[in-house]
Amino acid sequence: MDSSIRWFWFASPQTFFPLAGTIARWCAAGAALLAVAGLYVGLVVAPTDAQQGEVYRIIFIHVPAAWMSMFIYLVMAGWAAVGLAFNTRLSFMLAQALAPTGALFTFIALWTGSLWGRPTWGTYWVWDARLTSELILLFLYLGFMALHAAIDEPRRADRASALLAIVGAVNVPIIYYSVQWWNTLHQGASVSITRAPSMAAIMLTGMLLMALAFWLYSIAAVLVRVRCMIRERV
Amino acid sequence: MSHGFFIWASYGVTFAALALEVALLLRRSRNSTRQADKMPE
Repeated sequence: MDSSIRWFWFASPQTFFPLAGTIARWCAAGAALLAVAGLYVGLVVAPTDAQQGEVYRIIFIHVPAAWMSMFIYLVMAGWAAVGLAFNTRLSFMLAQALAPTGALFTFIALWTGSLWGRPTWGTYWVWDARLTSELILLFLYLGFMALHAAIDEPRRADRASALLAIVGAVNVPIIYYSVQWWNTLHQGASVSITRAPSMAAIMLTGMLLMALAFWLYSIAAVLVRVRCMIRERV
Repeated sequence: MSHGFFIWASYGVTFAALALEVALLLRRSRNSTRQADKMPE
């Protein structure tokens, strides 16, 4: 059988169900291991920052959570677009399953950023472009879930919330480039693919380990949620 | 306020939020399994 045909075979909720269970278990185990390693590097191995002292250690959850909040939204909008284009149930389910985890990481990014801002900026919150656009992202996630829950007929709810997800995707580049487009209190990007990292290698290692842990955790959580949806809808 | 408060409030709430999501997912998974036990594993 041609490999491309297998992908379409797994597009069916019934065939995707056991595969999702297997992937979720491996991702959950990987997330736990990477989180332990990331926390060890971030809290024990990484040295105290010369300027900020110990409080910089919030970076090991703040930055990975902020990355996940934006990445999950783009994936959610992508699955929503696929669902609208091809009318596939599994695509809408994946978009719906991503929203709570994305909202959770957005909340964590805002919460940890606020707690980091108090000792470094002198305030928990400021209506700066980066913080405000991230807060709008949280409202987009909540709006997506609320809209889906408000419509009784599942297929109509899928389509309506998918439209909201796609329109809201415009906010993600605004969040990412807000520190370049406007004068913000928030610092620039910690890591960029176009230039060398500005932080020590051990700090970057801890941050990337936590980002990978959050990534695998998200995959596991979303796949478990999709399995629940498949059971509930069939 | 010491820096320890800000660090542990960040890590503590993050851990609690993720643990809550896992607990809710496991409960939903158990409930949905009870309702539909015909799905192939």
